[in-house]
Amino acid sequence: MVEQGNPYIVRLSSQESPLWETTRPVLMELDIELTERCNNNCIHCCINLPADDSIAKKRELSTAAIKDILKEAASLGCLTVRFTGGEPILRDDFEELYLFARKCGLKILLYTNATLITPSLAELLSRIPPLEKIEVTVYGMKKISYEAITRTPGSFEAAWRGVNLLLEKKVPFVVKGVLLPPNKGEVEAFENWASTILWMDDQPSYSVFFDLHSRRDEKKNKTIRKIRTAPEEGVKFLARRNMQHMKEMKRFCSRFIGPPGNNLFSCGAGMNGGCIDAYGVFQLCISLRHPQTVYDLNRGSLLEAISRFSPEVRAMKADHPDYLSRCAQCFLKGLCEQCPGKSWTEHGTLDTPVEYLCEIAHAEARQLGLLEEKEMGWEVKDWRERIRNFSEETENGCRNVYGS
Amino acid sequence: MDAGTSTAAKVCLDSLYMPSEDIVARNIEGELIIVPLVSGIGDMEDELYTLNETGKAIWDRLDGKKKLKDVLAELSAEFEAPAGEIEIDLIGLVEELVRRKILVAVI
Repeated sequence: MVEQGNPYIVRLSSQESPLWETTRPVLMELDIELTERCNNNCIHCCINLPADDSIAKKRELSTAAIKDILKEAASLGCLTVRFTGGEPILRDDFEELYLFARKCGLKILLYTNATLITPSLAELLSRIPPLEKIEVTVYGMKKISYEAITRTPGSFEAAWRGVNLLLEKKVPFVVKGVLLPPNKGEVEAFENWASTILWMDDQPSYSVFFDLHSRRDEKKNKTIRKIRTAPEEGVKFLARRNMQHMKEMKRFCSRFIGPPGNNLFSCGAGMNGGCIDAYGVFQLCISLRHPQTVYDLNRGSLLEAISRFSPEVRAMKADHPDYLSRCAQCFLKGLCEQCPGKSWTEHGTLDTPVEYLCEIAHAEARQLGLLEEKEMGWEVKDWRERIRNFSEETENGCRNVYGS
Repeated sequence: MDAGTSTAAKVCLDSLYMPSEDIVARNIEGELIIVPLVSGIGDMEDELYTLNETGKAIWDRLDGKKKLKDVLAELSAEFEAPAGEIEIDLIGLVEELVRRKILVAVI
């Protein structure tokens, strides 16, 4: 957008950047898991280690090593770095790293539970803004529900203290929810409160279907499997704002649905971006830790990881017989979260179909009217016509699946 | 003073100007990207800036060592445009950048 009255300076917002229509920087975005440790112990979490895990802490990247990565990321054109974890603020050097990154000209997207936000950190975030809204996950509106999930006494009060500091200092943030048995009755209260937050442009997003532990911790996986939302229930929850959901799905399906063939990657993982774990290992995405798909930055560079290693991984093909007979031919691919990262967390492979994700995609497709009961996505031959009919339905003709 | 609502800063051709320490100027794929470091530079929380070609030609010369009139002379020698027009461009951009605290006068 050109400033009115001044043609020389052009204001850019993250969504509207007119830059790089033809040539993009090598690296656009980077996720850094600053630590796998967390001061909460959430029942559903796919990546937390205890806050006082001294072995993990010792293995973590040093301050200097993270600064080197941030410098290289900036030199490769990166604009936004996501600081995530674990709980990133748990690192003793968090403020130092944050300031360093901002001085490199990077925008910071901070994922946090807000429990460790102190008055001085809130002041810093106010004075030197991250330039991206902080994303705070809220586990419940009541102490009993919140701490049933975090399993950490005092975390409810700490989180509210942190959130109030952000509000007080006018640091832009949004809140996100997780749908779990202890907080299922609090959705309305959460959304009502979220709507009072100045920077919330929309209803809060929810994590509904949980990934297994990304280090494949079987003990934790047993718990996660037990509390996972049933596919039909989760789909119904996501579609509770029926008209808006249908509108979004029509737009989505008209663009992204269709069989992927034997390609392993149908997402954008590793394209102009990536993730670095707490120990300096580059991954194409945050959940993909299969040994064949990771690159040790301690023995290489971010440039090499992005420009040579990522394309090699992305070129890999699926060869699991079930994948080839089902997923490769399934037109629900756009609705299904089956990917190498999920296969890794569930099965320790890159291409074994994940039944839970398959059930979710089929439940969603049935709810949208794209599939009949008992029909499977890979059996459907007239999928193009179905998608066309679905996407072209008018607003008024949009089916109301729950009759509400 | 909010960026975007203040009155235009007085810009003097005898003064020197340089990028403020409150921003980071980056060159990414040939584009100059101005990233605010402190709050109060932009109107929104995620705002970045870039300059058009004319703006970049001016920006590259604002190093805190040359007076604005010397910058004007350089631009007039390089670009085939009436000196008056170049001066309007130069003053216009510098005023805007000073108002937004992206550029500061060297005292």
